[in-house]
Amino acid sequence: MPPSSDSNPAALSVRDLTVAYQEEPVLWDIDLTVPSGVLMGIVGPNGAGKTTLLQAILDIVPPAAGQVRIFGAPYEEQRHRVGYVPQRGSVDWDFPTNALDVVLMGLYGRLGWIRRPGTDEREEAYAALEKVGMADYADRQISQLSGGQQQRVFLARALVQEADLYFMDEPLQGVDATTERAIFDILRTLQKRDCTVVAVHHDLQTVPEYFDHVMLLNVRRIASGPVEEAFTEENLRRTYGGRVGFLKQQDMGTTAPDGSEETEPS
Amino acid sequence: MSAAQIEIQMVAAVVAVACALPGAFLVLRGMAMMSDAISHAILPGIVAGVLLTGSLHSPFLILAAALTGLLTTVLVETINNTGQVKEDAAIGIVFPVLFSLGVVMIAKFAGDMHLDTDAVLLGELAFAPFNRFTVFGYDLGPQALWIMGSVLAVNAFFLLLFYKELKLATFDPSLASSLGFRPRPLHYALMGLVSLTAVSAFDAVGSILVVALMVGPPATGYLLTDRLDVLIGLSAGIGIGNAVLGYWGAHLLDASIAGAMATTTGIAFGAAVMCAPKRGLVAQWRRRRRQRWTFAEQMLSIHLRQHENTPEANRECRIEHLQEHLNWEPDFAQRVVSYASKKGTIRRENGHLSLTEDGRAVAQDAATRT
Repeated sequence: MPPSSDSNPAALSVRDLTVAYQEEPVLWDIDLTVPSGVLMGIVGPNGAGKTTLLQAILDIVPPAAGQVRIFGAPYEEQRHRVGYVPQRGSVDWDFPTNALDVVLMGLYGRLGWIRRPGTDEREEAYAALEKVGMADYADRQISQLSGGQQQRVFLARALVQEADLYFMDEPLQGVDATTERAIFDILRTLQKRDCTVVAVHHDLQTVPEYFDHVMLLNVRRIASGPVEEAFTEENLRRTYGGRVGFLKQQDMGTTAPDGSEETEPS
Repeated sequence: MSAAQIEIQMVAAVVAVACALPGAFLVLRGMAMMSDAISHAILPGIVAGVLLTGSLHSPFLILAAALTGLLTTVLVETINNTGQVKEDAAIGIVFPVLFSLGVVMIAKFAGDMHLDTDAVLLGELAFAPFNRFTVFGYDLGPQALWIMGSVLAVNAFFLLLFYKELKLATFDPSLASSLGFRPRPLHYALMGLVSLTAVSAFDAVGSILVVALMVGPPATGYLLTDRLDVLIGLSAGIGIGNAVLGYWGAHLLDASIAGAMATTTGIAFGAAVMCAPKRGLVAQWRRRRRQRWTFAEQMLSIHLRQHENTPEANRECRIEHLQEHLNWEPDFAQRVVSYASKKGTIRRENGHLSLTEDGRAVAQDAATRT
C-alpha cells in the first residue's frame, strides 16, 4: 500500500520555476503548492508575472528552469484534468463565431485531433451555457455580448472541460457586481465537486471573502497558503512595495491597489 | 465563348478558390500582409530553381520557391520574436530584401531566360491555355488548371482535416496550446500552404493577383457573415465572382486580365463596405436615422404621459409647447408628431396631443428601460 500522501498528491506543485523573456526574469524561483480542493487567488501588482505563471504551468511559455507537477505528474500527461480560462482581452471578440461555438472549443481537447464536435457535444455545450445563465445567447455573435456575458461564455467553456483543476486569468475583470457574484457561485459549486481553482485576481478587498487560499506574487513568491495566514498586511506591503494602507479599513470602499494605479497610503 | 476563354476563366476561378481558403485564416489572424510578403519573397527561390533546372516549368521550381516562402515565415517570426520590432515591421524588412535579391539574381545570372520581374508581378493569364497538359498524346487541358487544381485539393484537404484546430488556434492560441494543439506547427503549415499557393499561382496570375485573391474575398466575406464556415464559403464564391467579372472587364476594356481581376476585387470590397446588411455604412446610417426618430417618439410619449390628465395638460400637450419643453426646432417637432401619429402612438385633435394605447405602451417600455 502506498502512503496516502502519494496516492493523493497536491493538485499543483511548482518547484524552482523561473521564466525570462529578456535579460530580467519575469518569474524568479517560484515554489508553490496548491492542495486539492481549494480556491486559490493569485494577487500581485501589474507586471508581477501572474499571467506568465499560469502560462508557464500550462506549457504555453517555456520556463528557463523549474518543474511543474499536476496531481503528481507532468502537465503533458494531465492535460485532460486541467481547464484554462485565459484573460478575456487575449482573444479577438470580432471573430466570426457565436457563444455556443466558443463553448464547444472547450471540448476540443477531449475530441483530440481531427475529430469534429457532434450533437452530443453541442448538447453538452448548451447545458454549460445554461449553468452560467447564458443559454438565451447561444446563437449570439460574440462581439454582441457585454463584457460580463463574454466572461460567462469563457467560464462555460471551462466547465465543459470537466477538469479537476482550473486556472483562470482574471475571471472577474470588467464584470458588474451581479455577474461577479454569479461567477463566484459557480466557482464554489466547482469546489463542492472537489475541483481545485487557481484564479488571478485583482481586487484585494474581496480576497478573504472569495478565496480560502492566496498567493502573493511579485516576480518572486512573497507568500502563499490559507488566507488567514498568508494575507497579512506585512506580506501585502512586501508585495506591493510598502504602499498598501487599506487592509484594515476594508469596508470604507477604497479601491484595491493594482500596480501603477495604487491608491495613496492613508 | 471560345474554348480558350472558358479555360482562362476556369483557371482564374480555381486560383481564386485555392487562394481564398488559406486567405480566410490569414485575414482572421491579422496576417494578411504575409501573403504579400510570401508572394514576393519567393522570387529568389524561383530564380534559384530556374538556374538549377534550366526550366521555368519544373516541379523542383515549386519546391524551391515554397521553401523560400517558408524561409520568409521563419525570418519574420524570428525577427518578431526578438521583441525589438513589431510584426508588420518585420514583414516590411524581410520581403523587400528577399525580393530584391531575386531581382539582382535575375539581372546577374538569368538575363537570357524567359523570366522578368513583370512576369512575376503580373503573370499572364491569357497564355494559360497555351501550355497543355498531355498524357500519351491526349490533351487534358491547360497545365495551369491541373497545377492549381492540385493546389486547391491540397488546401481543401488540409482545411477539412484541421478546420477545428485552425479555428481554435486562430481564435484563442493560449487555449489551443494548453489543450495540446500545437499552434506553432499549425502556423507553419498554414504558411506553407500560402507559399505553395503563391508559388503555383504566380506563373498564371502573378503575385499581385495572388495577394488580391487571398486578402480581398475573405475581407469582403468578413463584412457579410458572423460564421466562420460561411465566411470560408463566401470567400471562395466571391473570389470566383471577382475572377469571372474581372475577366470580362478586361475583355471589354482590352486590358490586363490580372489587373482587371484585382480591380474587381477592390470594387467588390468597396461595395460590401457600403452595402453589407449589418456592418455596411448604409445600414449604419439607416440605423442611426431610425434611432433618431424612435428616440424622439419615445421622448414625446413619455412627455405626454407625464402630463396626461393633469390640470396643465391643455398647455403642455400642444405641439407649440414641445419646442420649449423638449428643446425641439418647430420643424422637427412637426415631423416627430406626424411620424408618431402615422405610427398610431399619438392622436392629434385641434392642436391637442394625446396618447393612444400603443403610445402608452411605448412610454411605459421606454421609461422602464431607462
